[in-house]
Parts: sequence; structure tokens; C-alpha cells
Amino acid sequence: MDFNDSPEEATYRAKVRTWLDANATLRDPDASKINMLDEAEGDLIAKAKAWQAHKTKEGWACLRWPKEFGGQDATTMESVIFGQEEGRYDIPPSIYGIGHGMLGPTIMAHGTDEQKERFLPSMVKGDEVWCQLFSEPDAGSDLAGLKTSAVKEGDDWVINGQKIWTTGAQFCKWGMLVARTDTNAAKHAGLTYFIVDMEDPGIDIRPIKQMNGASGFNEVFFTDVRTPDTNRLGAVGDGWRVAITTLMNERSSIGSGGGGGAGIKDLIKQAQDVEINGRPGIEDGGVRRKIADFAVRRSGLKYTGQRGLSALSQGQTPGPEASIGKLVAAIMGLEMGAFGMELQGAAGVLSGDDSLGDPTWQQTYMAMPGLRLAGGTDEILRNIISERVLGMPGEPRIDKGKPFKDIPSGTAR
Amino acid sequence: MNFDFSEEQKLLQSTARDYLTENSSLSHVREVFEADAGHSQALWKGVAELGWLGVAIPEEYGGAGYGYLELAMIAGEIGQALAPIPFGSTVYLAAEAITQVGNDDQKKQYLTGIASGDLIGTLATTEKAGTLAEGSVSATFADGKLTGTKLPVADGDIADFAIVLAKEGSSHSLVIVDLNGDGVARTRLNSIDATRPQAKLVFTDAPATRLGDAGSGWTVTQDVLTRAAVLMAFEQLGGADRAFQITFDFVMNRFAFGRPIGSFQSLKHRMADLYADRELARSNCYWAAWALENNDDELAVAAASAKISAGDAFENMVVDMIQMHGGVGYTWEYDCHLFYRRAKVLAHTIGTTAEWREKLITQLIEDAA
Repeated sequence: MDFNDSPEEATYRAKVRTWLDANATLRDPDASKINMLDEAEGDLIAKAKAWQAHKTKEGWACLRWPKEFGGQDATTMESVIFGQEEGRYDIPPSIYGIGHGMLGPTIMAHGTDEQKERFLPSMVKGDEVWCQLFSEPDAGSDLAGLKTSAVKEGDDWVINGQKIWTTGAQFCKWGMLVARTDTNAAKHAGLTYFIVDMEDPGIDIRPIKQMNGASGFNEVFFTDVRTPDTNRLGAVGDGWRVAITTLMNERSSIGSGGGGGAGIKDLIKQAQDVEINGRPGIEDGGVRRKIADFAVRRSGLKYTGQRGLSALSQGQTPGPEASIGKLVAAIMGLEMGAFGMELQGAAGVLSGDDSLGDPTWQQTYMAMPGLRLAGGTDEILRNIISERVLGMPGEPRIDKGKPFKDIPSGTAR
Repeated sequence: MNFDFSEEQKLLQSTARDYLTENSSLSHVREVFEADAGHSQALWKGVAELGWLGVAIPEEYGGAGYGYLELAMIAGEIGQALAPIPFGSTVYLAAEAITQVGNDDQKKQYLTGIASGDLIGTLATTEKAGTLAEGSVSATFADGKLTGTKLPVADGDIADFAIVLAKEGSSHSLVIVDLNGDGVARTRLNSIDATRPQAKLVFTDAPATRLGDAGSGWTVTQDVLTRAAVLMAFEQLGGADRAFQITFDFVMNRFAFGRPIGSFQSLKHRMADLYADRELARSNCYWAAWALENNDDELAVAAASAKISAGDAFENMVVDMIQMHGGVGYTWEYDCHLFYRRAKVLAHTIGTTAEWREKLITQLIEDAA
């Protein structure tokens, strides 16, 4: 039992570090996050594109992808090592997670040779950014209940409807969309998967203002948007199977971290900086027990991640325990934010520059309800764990086998 | 990296499981429980013959000379079987204390005796209700004699010797006492789990020999408890695994309202949460086993983290185990209460989970400074 790189991994890591040292600067772990928030979105995107183009030119982009599509045929472990090392440097935030992590693999699995050739190399290079158009106002957890329609007209499909929770739609060139092509077919059988040009004039992108004031997502409205049949991914009516490929890749890319944000040391410091009953907060028994509990969950998450990495390093697939990451991290993040505020007492409600303590806790508290919903709600994740990991029965369903148009939906269609 | 147990260690684990399935079935645990026998002598003899008692004891003292990773594998299996034997008291505590600070004669006598199955040992620290503290120790060692009372002492009534924390002068020392010798009176105490018996030991000028340096008793005790916490955490994790499996089988086969009750989200989501709890605990346990095997600086934090998360995972599991079984879960006949009892006993035996939380935060604050 050890945490050491194998000789091959160590050699690879050294090679990665040499390249990064020559092409980027090490990050000051405290300063950079705040700097990024101040920068204009356009500038950040330009920087992200430049970094991606540079990595592509130098042979460090989409490492796991096959060489024929612009990748490097690297192992998963090599890709992980590059990610670990790259994270230590002052580089622009990635805008390619969805494309490289989820959509590219979907095109590889279901695309025609022409589609792979047209889309994958440019996706690697990064001049064209991609977004995912799945969720709808009435179809979130129950994604297959989506209603956006695509109707065949000549060699084109004409798309009408609305998508929501689309990250980065405002700066993307391409979107991958699941639409309903047959309302007489059963729910999952009437769906088809398309690639759409986000610059089409029939697309209207409106940012969603979140409860914390930020806008990480958009609503995307489609009015007679045309996409050629050559941009259909997979067979007509096979969209659900194609979408599952995308979602499986989402599960493996989200929740791999330890929750991010402020840590146990920050919480200890916050507790040392305040008084409870006239004594330093850190001397309070309740405070001590609570921080200990957070620490135990944090280390549990960290070493669950290490178990997954270890499996990769040994050439195995990570075990099902990887599926608990986001569920645990989001709930704990919310609790830690609330507790950090509680330590500040009445001043806990003050935020940003006016905070009398660490303002991270207020930010975390306002952000975490979103993480508990994104990429599978807590409830959906519990369904996934109980059904797919533990093998418990699915819900009895009243929407199976019926034509989609006959399934109750609560809103007119 | 390979943050996992080796194939050989996993083979040892599966061999241990096979043996315990055969020789420590829940009906055997129940026999010991209902007879108030304290422990299963047949099982104790069996595990001694298999060499489990000496897994981490050096070969020169009759052990197998493996490491703590092997011992952790066995501890997990002892836990999942609810094995009714004084394994923790003897192996994690007594043998560990002697391995850490015993002199050569003590190692020869006691480690050899433990490895062969001839000696049962235990550690006696507490004297009264509340958290163990230096100031709460009244037993006194002077002129080679021990006087005082210890309770509760796990396996104290069946052990051959005890390592006792006592005052010596202005400080504390650990001393070894032959419990079959003069000046020792012992009584079995009623407790919630008769398969892990508790005793009161009264020493009156009992002959005792010092273990480790004079005045080192408190520090050595804390060190031994930290090391034992890792192995105890594996027992707790093993118990949680087994309780989970039994509960899972039950909810998948029990029907209500025309469906297996395991198809209701109220139960599925709880099982998912219990699964998550257990995997976090498992990861902390792996970390702690690694730290123990490598004597890493992180041992204190890792051991406490493992003990807390595995302890909570087991306790939360057994509470839900009874609840999910419904009425039958509260009967004497069903095995749920055996797990419910054991989870609580393991959570108290070397300091409560609350005490481990305090140890953890103290260490974290020190590390953060």
C-alpha cells in the first residue's frame, strides 16, 4: 500500500513539470482565485482559447483521445497526472470541460466518420467551444420528458422549444441537443440527438441570474432553428441511448474533487478569531466536535478519490464508491458555509467587503444549494447509488410504454 | 500508486472470512451470548492455531511477523463475524503495548504466550464514569505492588494478565499484573453485550512489574490507544458491512403494498446514505492502515479519523438496521440486536467517539499552527 508514482508515472510527471515550467508560472494558491473573478469574461475566454491552442500545438491537449482525432493516445493515469500538475500553475479557467469530457466522447462513440473528422480536431484545438442542450424547464431529473421538437423538412431538421441550465452558451459555437422527433412513440423512443450551430439567428440566449447573483447558466430558446440531417448524431429515435453516453461521461467528470472552497484550516482559523462566551471560539466543545466531523468527511472524500486514482494507476476501473463524491461534497459544503457564518455570530450575515471575518463562508452558503442540484440532484444521485451501485429496484412507473403525448405532464404541450 | 491491499492480503481476508463463516456463525455468537460465557474458547483456540493472534508479532516471539495491513484485514473479518473472542483486548492493546515498550523478557513471556493462544491479555485504564484523564487515575503502583480498582475492563474476567495504568509517585506508569495471582479480585459486570464481557478488577498489593519507563504510562497509553484505534476501526467497518448486507437482503425480500420494501425511495435513499457513510469510513480506514504500517506523522489524525467515521458508520447502520427490519428487528430472535450491542461496545471500548473527536481536533489545531 503506497501513494508513490510507479517509475513510469514518475517519469511522465517529470516530463509534464518540465513542460509546464517552461510554458506557465506556478500559482500562488491564495491570490489567483480572487484575481480571476475580477477579469472580464471576454478576456478570460481569449486566454483560455490561447492556452488550449498552445497545448494543442505542443502535444498536451486531450491527452486520452486517440491521435487520429487530435489526442495523444495517453493513458487515463497520464491524463490525471497532467491535470494534477496543470492545476498547480496559473492558467486560465477551462471552458472545455463539457466538450472534451462529455461531448467529444459521445461523437467518438456515435458519430459518422465525417462528423468525427469535422468536429473532433477543432474541439481539441479549442477555437470552437461546445455546450450541452439537454435540460428543459419541464425536464430536469426526468430528462426523457423533454419537449423541444425537431421536425424533418427536406434535408434539414427544424427545431423549436426551450433548453435551460446551459453552461457557456453565450460563447459556444456548437451545441449538442436532444429533441423529440416523435410524440406518438414511447417516451424514450421518440428522441433524437443533434449537433446545432449556436450562431443560428433563431437561437436566443438569455443568462439566468442565480440566487447568489452570479450567472453561470443560460436559457436557450429555439425558434425555427435549422440543422442539417448530416448533423444528426445516431439514428432517428435513438437519442436516448446517445444521451446516456454523454451522461455517463458527466458522472465520471463531476465530483472527483474534495468539494473545493475553504478547508478545515480556514474553519479552525475562523473559530480562533471569534469569541464564544468570552473565550476563543475554538475552545468551545460544540465547535470542536463539529470541525472534527467536517475533517473526517473531508479526509474520507480525499482518500475515496485516492482509491479511485489507485485503481486507474493499476489499470483498473475505479469502483462504485466514486459515485458518492458530489453527494457528500455538496451537502458538507453547505453545512460548512453555514457553520462558518454561525461562528461570526450576528456579523455572519455580512458579506463581501463588509464581512467581519472570512467572506468565503457567505459565498459558500449562497453557492452550495446550486451544487446540490447541478449534474444530478442529491435525490437523483441517491437513486443512482441505490439502483445502479446497490442493485435496488427502480421506481414503479406509469410513463413506461405509453405514447409520449398521452403521459400526464402538468403543463400543456 | 497502489492505495489498496495486496492480493496476498486480500487472500488472507477471504480465508479469514471462510473460517469465520464456518466457526463464528451468528448462531454461535448467540450461543455465547445466551450462555453468558464471555467468549468462545473453541474459536479462540481455532484462531490461535491459524496464527491470527501473532500476525503482527515478530517471528522471534512466535508470531508470523507480518505487518499491520494483514492485521487490519483480520480485524475487519473479526468485526463482520461479531466474533465472540477477546481479540482486540489481547492483540490490539496488550500485545501492542508490550511490542512498543516491553523489555526482552516481557516480550518473550507475553508475546509468545499471546501468539500461541495460551495468554489472554487486556488493558485496564478507566476507574469511573466520564472521560479518562490523568487526574482520574487513583490506582497506585509502589514497591512492586499495585493497589486500586479498575472498571470497566474489557475481558477482565477472562484475561490472564492485565496492563494497568497506575500512579507512580507524581506521574503514571503502566504495569503488568498476573490476574490469576495474589491480590486480585475480579467480578463480571452486567453489560449490554455479553459476548464482549466487562469486569471490575480490585487490586490489593498485587505483585506487578513495570512496562516501559517509570513515568511514561500516560504517553504510552495514548500511543497504544491510537494504534489500536486503527484496528478497532476496521472491526467497526467490518460490522457495518455485515449489518448493511443483512439489512439489504431483508428489504429486498420483504414485501409490503405489493412491492419489495427496498423499492421505496424512503429506504433506497437511506441505504444510499449509509453506503456513502461506509465508503468514507473505508477510505479513512485505508489511510489509517497506511499510516500505521508506515509509522507516518499523520498517524494520530488518520487513526482518529478512521475511528470516528467507522464508529459512526457502524452505529448509524445498526440503528437503521432495526428500523428497516420493522417489528422483527426488535425481537430477541432476530440478530439485529447482536449488531446493535456490538456497535455500541466497540464505540466505547477505547474511548468514546466523542473523545476521539476531541483528540482529532486537538491534533488538527496543533498541525494548523
